[in-house]
Formats: sequence, structure tokens, C-alpha cells
Amino acid sequence: MTNRRHFLAAVGAAALAGCAQIGKSARSAHVVVVGGGFGGATAAKYLRLWSNGQVRVTLIERNAQFVSCPMSNLVIGGMETMAQITHDYAGLRDHHGVRVVQDTVTAIDPATRELRLASGERLHYDRLLLSPGIDFMPERIEGLAGHEDEIPHAWKAGPQTTLLQRQLAAMPDGGVFAIHIPKAPFRCPPGPYERASLVADYCRRHKPRAKVLVLDANADIQSKKGLFLAAWGDRYRGLIEYRPNNQLLGVDARSRTAKLEFDDIKADVLNVIPPQRAGKVVELIGSRLVNDRWVSVNWLSTEVSDVPNVHVIGDATLSAPRMPKSGTMANQQAKVAAAAILHLLADLPPNASPVVMNTCYSYVGGDSAMHVASVHRFDTAEHTFLPVEGAGGLSAVASPAEATAAQAWAHNIWADMLR
Amino acid sequence: MAPAIHAGGMAIDAGRTLAATCANCHGTDGHSVGGTESLAGVPRDTLLRKLSAFSRGEKPATIMHQITKGYTPEQLTLIAEHFAAQRARTGH
Repeated sequence: MTNRRHFLAAVGAAALAGCAQIGKSARSAHVVVVGGGFGGATAAKYLRLWSNGQVRVTLIERNAQFVSCPMSNLVIGGMETMAQITHDYAGLRDHHGVRVVQDTVTAIDPATRELRLASGERLHYDRLLLSPGIDFMPERIEGLAGHEDEIPHAWKAGPQTTLLQRQLAAMPDGGVFAIHIPKAPFRCPPGPYERASLVADYCRRHKPRAKVLVLDANADIQSKKGLFLAAWGDRYRGLIEYRPNNQLLGVDARSRTAKLEFDDIKADVLNVIPPQRAGKVVELIGSRLVNDRWVSVNWLSTEVSDVPNVHVIGDATLSAPRMPKSGTMANQQAKVAAAAILHLLADLPPNASPVVMNTCYSYVGGDSAMHVASVHRFDTAEHTFLPVEGAGGLSAVASPAEATAAQAWAHNIWADMLR
Repeated sequence: MAPAIHAGGMAIDAGRTLAATCANCHGTDGHSVGGTESLAGVPRDTLLRKLSAFSRGEKPATIMHQITKGYTPEQLTLIAEHFAAQRARTGH
């Protein structure tokens, strides 16, 4: 009960006093959120919203602006601009009272609940939420590390998106655009196949003799397989070539050559999506990563399994069964985390039956999209989220109506996290 | 369902957290910024009728028939009550 009293006392104190330091028992709780993407920005907003502005929230984000990975394949295909997928953090600051700090975290001490920034600032937290997304493991592919300018990944939206778009625009007609997809799990399972589709759409209009070569380390298309194959056969016959089980062993950056087990392929544009792991900031909490890559969390609260008072959400987590690493899922997990953190700060157990859902749109051309959806309920016996059987599913067919729905999704989720 | 819980002086009840799962398409607390229906301020029974029709496959949809099947009737009721209790905004 002590914590709860402190917390409720803090509510009163903050309301009355504008919060002069009245001693530890009366301070308002402080949550630090690291990472201003779909997970972190949403969590920061909902922590403020659901605490009625009583919990102090600091958001640490290294970039000045948010650039959305979802819809960024449209920029590569020349159908949208960077400005359309770029948003600022002013809404979180001005509408919701989040302290937004553009900085990086250099140290975290879970024992003292203190965190240090590159600027030298030290912050104390009652609860810490990390939503760092992914980092890449280019060292797994010989010759790739240090060459992301010649061989872009464009798997974090930003300058890499622009770079890949320019490389495509500069490619000669008759050129080869090769995409490599790493073994699952990776961020956004349908994303690489959407990219292949939109690059093909661009080529059909601007470079009709070009070829899009999809080199997939996996045995098959990882999401929306039938719908992608239908679109490729229908719209891009002879333009897209799909090769499963094509593990990339190495690259030569100068000649843009992909080295596979049985042959070498020289491309005009070589887009290698490297293997991925949890964003490296998670190393600062000393959690034991699963397969040296992902953070194991208690899905009821999103608290890290072996580090108290620290929560992790989004792509960095070891996903629950059939839960994709997607922006929507990070947005949904952020709300589970925000509610759980507020309950725990009040010394109450987290909601025992949280629900999350996923809605994921992919374009097959500039004017046509399709979806996959699922709903996940916390299962007490398995102590994890499980998909609800009989719910969710795929589009019957890709359509212009769903391209409109995809735009509605993007604008609403960006507003839900940032405005 | 879980009882209402107080944090920061405001109850985070089950309806609020369930309704938050709709926000990525229908906006925060049902205030759509465009392209989807705003659910804020829509009467409970109107929402429930639509949600049930989607769930039973009686109302044509691209995606809502798949999503509504993931929620129990009790959860759909809590969601409808939450949106009904929000004040509709004009100007979006």
C-alpha cells in the first residue's frame, strides 16, 4: 500500500503545488521512455493521458523527427515523398506535457534506477520503458559492415529511404534491382515483399526492361503469400523473380555483387536487409537476451523477465506466438505497458486479461493494397498472448479500397502516437 | 472483467483499455482524423448493433468482420460504452 499512498499523495501534491519538492513521499512518479517510434511515442502519450497528467514522462529519442517505416516503401517507389511520412514531436510536448529530449542513453543502472544520457544528464526513474526497435547485424554477411551507403538496407526509414529511392531512380533501364531478405524473425514480415511490388510498379512505368530479383533466405514468402503471388503474376509477370532459400553469404560493395551459396549475382541496385536483433540500448540493462537477440518480457505487464522496473515493448521483444514485429503491434503493446505501469505505480496488479490486435496493410502497387489482421488475448495458462482462433484473416483480394484504408490507418496511428 | 482501477486520479477501466485497441484506425478515444468512422459519442446501441452485425458476417466489410470475432460480446459492450461516453468533436 505504501507505493499507492505515495502515488495518490503525489496526485494531490502535483495538483495543489505545481510540485515543489515536498520530500520523497510526495513526489510524482516519473516514467522514462526510450525510443520515440510506434511503441515509445504511444506509451509516452498514454501514460500522460491515462494518469490524467499526473505521472511525469520523459521521452528520450535520438532523432529530431519521427520517420515512419510503414508507407516508406511508397517513397522508394516514387509514389509519396519523405515529407508525407515525417512527423515531429511537438504534439507530445505541447498537447500532452511529455518532456521530449533529443539524446541517446549511455548508461542504465537498474539497481539505483538511474539513467545517463550522452549530454551528461542523469535521470532517475520509477519505471523505465525501452522501445528501441531493432539494430542490424551486418557482420553476419561478409563484406557488408560499413557499406550501407553503397548497399542500403532502408529498413529504418530516414536517409536510407531517400538513398534507395535515388539508387532506383538512377538505375539503367534493363538493370537488376536485387533485394535480400534475412531469415525470420525480422521487422515487418510482409515489408520486403511489398517493397519488391512497389519497385516493380516503378520499373513498369519508368524502366520496363528492368528486373526485380528477390533473394529470400527463408523457404517461402513470410506473409500474405497468396496475395503477393497473385499480384506478381497478374501485374508484374516476368518483372519479379522470387528465389527462396537464398541465404546471402557475402557482398562486394564496389561491384554490388551478392554472394550466394551456388552463384554470385551482380546487381545494379543491391538492397540487403540484414539480420536483426533488439536495439542495442537493451544491453545496458543486463538482461539475458534470447538467442543473443531478443528481450524476454512478461506479457501481462511488459516488464523484462530478469530486470525489475524495466519494461520493453515492440520489435525488440521476443514475440509471443504468431505476434508480428509491426508498428501496430508496438502501438498496442504500448497501451498494455502504459496501463500496467500506472497500475504498478499505484501498487495494484496489472489488468489480468489484456487484448491486443494487429492490422497490417501492404501495397502491391501504388493504387492497391491488402491486409492481414489478428486479435491476441492474454492466455493465463500459457502466460503469454495467443491469437484468438477464428478471428483475423487476410483480404480476399488486393484493392484500391484497401489502399484508401491503408492511408486512413497511417494517419490515425500517427495521430494516436504523436498528437 | 477487471474492476476499475485508479491511477493519477482517473480510472483506467477495462472499457478504456479495450477501446484503445481500436485507436490505430479509429483515432484516440474514437476521434478519427479521417478515412474511418469517428466512434466518439456514437450511442452505445448503435455501435453494438454494427459490431454484432460485423461479427455475425451480416454487414459487408473488408476487415471489421475479422476483427470483431476476436472480442467477446462482453468486451464489445465495454468498448461501445466507452465510445458512447466520449464527446464527439467537430472540425475533423
